[in-house]
Amino acid sequence: MNQPRIIDLESKRPLLIDPDRPIYLDYQATTPVDPQVLEQMLPYLTHDFGNAASRSHAYGWTAEKAVEKARQQVADAIHADPREIVWTSGATEATNLALKGAAHFYSGKGKHIITLRTEHKATLDTCRQLEREGFEVTYLEVQEDGLVDLKAFEAAIRPDTIIASVLFVNNEIGVIQPMEEIGRMLRAHKVLFHVDAVQALGKIPVDVEAIQADMMSLSGHKIYGPKGIGALYVRRKPRVRVEAQIHGGGHERGMRSGTLPTHQIVGMGAAAELAVQLMESDGQRIRNLRDRLLKGIQDRVEETYINGSMEHRVPHNLNISFAFVEGESLIMALKEIAVSSGSACTSASLEPSYVLRALGKSDELAHSSIRFGIGRFTTEAEIDATIELIAGKVGKLRELSPLWEMHLEGIDLNSIQWAAH
Amino acid sequence: MAYSKKVIDHYENPRNVGAMDKNDSGVGTGMVGAPACGDVMRLQIKVNEQGIIEDAKFKTYGCGSAIASSSLVTEWVKGKTLDEAMTIKNSHIAEELELPPVKIHCSVLAEDAIKAAVADYRSKQGAGQASQTEVAAAQVAH
Repeated sequence: MNQPRIIDLESKRPLLIDPDRPIYLDYQATTPVDPQVLEQMLPYLTHDFGNAASRSHAYGWTAEKAVEKARQQVADAIHADPREIVWTSGATEATNLALKGAAHFYSGKGKHIITLRTEHKATLDTCRQLEREGFEVTYLEVQEDGLVDLKAFEAAIRPDTIIASVLFVNNEIGVIQPMEEIGRMLRAHKVLFHVDAVQALGKIPVDVEAIQADMMSLSGHKIYGPKGIGALYVRRKPRVRVEAQIHGGGHERGMRSGTLPTHQIVGMGAAAELAVQLMESDGQRIRNLRDRLLKGIQDRVEETYINGSMEHRVPHNLNISFAFVEGESLIMALKEIAVSSGSACTSASLEPSYVLRALGKSDELAHSSIRFGIGRFTTEAEIDATIELIAGKVGKLRELSPLWEMHLEGIDLNSIQWAAH
Repeated sequence: MAYSKKVIDHYENPRNVGAMDKNDSGVGTGMVGAPACGDVMRLQIKVNEQGIIEDAKFKTYGCGSAIASSSLVTEWVKGKTLDEAMTIKNSHIAEELELPPVKIHCSVLAEDAIKAAVADYRSKQGAGQASQTEVAAAQVAH
């Protein structure tokens, strides 16, 4: 095959190392397609291009076989049955299908939904839409470490509660919610449990039986698969029903119509299998890198604060606030590193991260936060270069910061009457 | 983030960073913004006996545009009289730095910082009450 050179054939690493590009530390935003995954996808774009819904000839059968193999791979990754997997365009669509689909189907039983304040926008915005349709949503507070309080959760359950939706691993702060306990509690109260496992798959064990999930959203591009593909797990026993949100052809047992993108599906299946295979080894390596990064930063920079529990957290994420430095200017200073900030100063609203706010962080610490996402292709050299840059640039920005100067003079910033603007 | 070359230049090579003695009667200090909003600017001016701003220093906590706006303002006020400095408008700053619409508030803050610094200086001199009406609601250091 005549491919452009996109992988280093010796190390099997994608060619990410490019002196003109920043070090990539934003693996919670997206991941590159693993070269091993890409290899499996390519034939389905050209030679094996058939439509999986074509039942009358070999082109269709080949595509269908590939789709079903991938369905099995994704099902295996979460300990489900392949008949419980519905392909979608991504996790946002999966979450829309789960929440709207189940809410519409079960609206006769009740109209109350429970979720957390720190959920992904796919859940929060879908809940807002359901509120406009007449559903009632409880947005539970989280504790300072980002974890939900189980007693408060149980207290929020009402006779008319039909669904609860929880983010397994938080995309901003990487904390892991107590899913087994939540699942057990919801099952006892006969409330459907939707799990957003987008950031969990490949990082920690995901087992729909262990956590008693009824629905689960998954994404391809967070696990070194392609963008534009996701899946929704929908439990068969006891059977969970969702009303289709997209109509036209009755694909995916009527739950999601539309011609299946074979190559994307093959990519997600291969990525899910690989993610589970590499979970242990990747996880250990990434944990070492995370510890190295954290220690390096803490040794060199004072007044740093970790956001979210370190104990109940995936090692792939480190979210740190650098006090007295504003996040966007820090990102601008760190142009050799691709990271993201909890400061949404780029938007007109100037709202800092709602996730960090939900942890009770002050606005200024929320504005000063950086999310480091470590992944499969991160190297020790990249981590060391990052520590160097952070130490230098935070120091430089603090020299520029009137708040840092006041801090050094021992002035309590909270004692000052700031003029709102 | 599509920053203009001018913003990047001021951000990477900020002019006149520093502090002056805020208790000096010839120094006017203006601090505007709030940490919770993501930006705080402190502009200080040193005014000579002829009423001309002979030096200016700044420190800013904020995004690149906020840093660039305050850096630019220190260059612009130098050599101006207080009344001339008061004619600098946020629109001039935004235009010079080619700020995108979401960053206009940075230039507004820089204009406020000038007004606050001038007001502080004038109040120290016990003069200039006539101009007080123009002063924005701005925080003066400590």
